[in-house]
Amino acid sequence: MAENKEKLLEMYTTMVRIRTFEQKAIDLFAAGKFPGFVHSYLGEEAIAAGVCSNLRKDDYICSTHRGHGHLIAKGGNLQLMMAELFGKATGYCKGKGGSMHIADVDLGILGANGIVGAGMPIATGAAFACKYRKSDSVAIAFFGDGASDRATFHESLNLASIWKLPVVFICENNGWAISNAQTSHQNITDISDRATAYGIPGVSVDGNDVVAIAEAADAAIERARKGDGPTLVECKTWRHRGHFEGDPAIYKDPKDQEEWLADNKDAIARMEKKLVGLKYAGQDYLDKIKAEVREEVEAAVQFAEQSPDPEPAEVLTDVYTA
Amino acid sequence: MAQMTYMEAIRDGMRVEMKRDPGVYIAGEDVAQFGGCFGVTAGLYDEFGPERVMNTPISEAVIVGHAVGAAAAGLRPIAEIMFVDFMGCCMDELGNQAAKMKYMFGGKAKVPMVVRTPCGAGMGAAAQHSQSLESWFTHIPGIKTIMPSTPADAKGLMIAAIRDDNPVVYIEHKQLLGLAGEVPEGEYVVPLGKADIKREGADVTIVAWSWMLQKSLAAAEQLAKEGINAEILDPRTLVPLDKEAILKSVAKTGRLVIVHEEVKTSGYGGEIAAIVTEEGFDYLDAPIKRVTAPDTPIPFSPVLEQAYIPNEEKIIKAVKQLF
Ligand SMILES: Cc1ncc(C[n+]2csc(CCOP(=O)(O)OP(=O)(O)O)c2C)c(N)n1
Repeated sequence: MAENKEKLLEMYTTMVRIRTFEQKAIDLFAAGKFPGFVHSYLGEEAIAAGVCSNLRKDDYICSTHRGHGHLIAKGGNLQLMMAELFGKATGYCKGKGGSMHIADVDLGILGANGIVGAGMPIATGAAFACKYRKSDSVAIAFFGDGASDRATFHESLNLASIWKLPVVFICENNGWAISNAQTSHQNITDISDRATAYGIPGVSVDGNDVVAIAEAADAAIERARKGDGPTLVECKTWRHRGHFEGDPAIYKDPKDQEEWLADNKDAIARMEKKLVGLKYAGQDYLDKIKAEVREEVEAAVQFAEQSPDPEPAEVLTDVYTA
Repeated sequence: MAQMTYMEAIRDGMRVEMKRDPGVYIAGEDVAQFGGCFGVTAGLYDEFGPERVMNTPISEAVIVGHAVGAAAAGLRPIAEIMFVDFMGCCMDELGNQAAKMKYMFGGKAKVPMVVRTPCGAGMGAAAQHSQSLESWFTHIPGIKTIMPSTPADAKGLMIAAIRDDNPVVYIEHKQLLGLAGEVPEGEYVVPLGKADIKREGADVTIVAWSWMLQKSLAAAEQLAKEGINAEILDPRTLVPLDKEAILKSVAKTGRLVIVHEEVKTSGYGGEIAAIVTEEGFDYLDAPIKRVTAPDTPIPFSPVLEQAYIPNEEKIIKAVKQLF
């Protein structure tokens, strides 16, 4: 995959887009522009960018509470996303969902999710629909290390394994479930070990190496498309921020934090080095990408700020399909 | 009496019982050093140690399920579920196991456990982190359901819940956590099944609990200025329900408004209305009114959320329709 310059640049741009959006979202939230919860994806950009680089529009993803990155990587519209964070009528969910529930069903994005571990059964179901319809589309379930302790994880892997469903389980192991370190919420190091219990392949990859992630995901997705069933891919990473904005994350060891944020670990810094090293881009070109993305994000903020609030009567609509 | 917030009062109730009874322990997500998502258990880990204040994985089914087993085996667990919305992940453990064990076993088991969980809208947390779901629990015989509205009740009911030999769902409201008030020190117990008149009045009875009790008190002040003297009755515990107190108040006022944050359909207000119609129809001078959330999920946008939450204005309007 490393020889695919275009793909590498595309994944890099996606990572930058996610990071820029997330940094903006954090600032806006801190400035009191919108309420609720913001779970930042900063530090984990490589996973969404790498996995989604192999997806088509007719593939499905199920996201999490930390969902902005998945949405952006699957092609989500930044303006509609930002307007949703603001709770505006023009947002993806008309302001009804907010950060934790952004969705774009037309893009196969079956939603961020406020319930940890809830995406895995849903992705399993979407994969079932793909197989049932005899299409070669697949479904991806993103979830955290914490979510891998829920029954929904185990039940989904089991069902998907016996029905040979085209679903790929992408575990974003960022070392934490809120304040609970992975080492204290489960008795294993590699979450991919759990695949063994279901007789499916399980691999662990460096979650800050976008190329490694894209390769592992590509293999799993191709396997799923061919009808060979599910795969569990664990991506080991680190969230840069607290669990949600407002969490000072005092439970983190400052040394770990520093190490993970350093350029030799950070996914975007590493990718820049790689692109420059491979002579796929000069620093000025990368800076140009960043500047363009910044403008995109600024335009999204402007769109959101200028958009109207929903009408109060909207509260009563959309409960049932007519 | 000490001045305390509602959150401190809940914590104080747990602390009093943990000191008194070595069988009481706390388990839940991030309840240890982190002190819980809202800080309710802050400091208890330092005070009681890692054997009595324990973090769990994100596994609601086994948080509540293990509590059932531990309680049946003689302990008194306090299980924390981070948001009441997540109770869907452990309803079998609560509704089919904890609730039914005593009855199914011919009265021979007891399950003295508390599930503590926060409810309520008002913080822009949207559809899966804002609900009021008390009727999920009141509908299952064998479970007691508690919803304190003041710091003092929060403490007294917590102690009563821990001492009770049945599974108790203790629902605390996120908007009340910072509410300050006088709280008796030491072993202060508020008995389950005993309503409290939070404001006396002769013209209309308003039954409300949790956050809506506070909103009803505020509405009553405004109504008083317009010459309507509302009696505010706080059932405090929905199961067991102090229906005598409700009937007595309605006998006095002749009018009843029920206010709750739950959605209207199959909300607990319907149960109270039915009881008063069945047993106190003759007392009524006007139809019973309910002020509730609409039958929708909870929207994110502040504009929509404000339209969703029952407020003073809606309470006042409902009361005035009875005159
Ligand atoms: C069923 C359920 N339990 C608990 C929560 C509260 N909660 C939200 S995020 C979170 C931690 C999730 O950890 P992990 O799955 O590792 O994902 P991360 O936040 O690290 O991305 C918890 C406990 C929830 N939303 N849903």
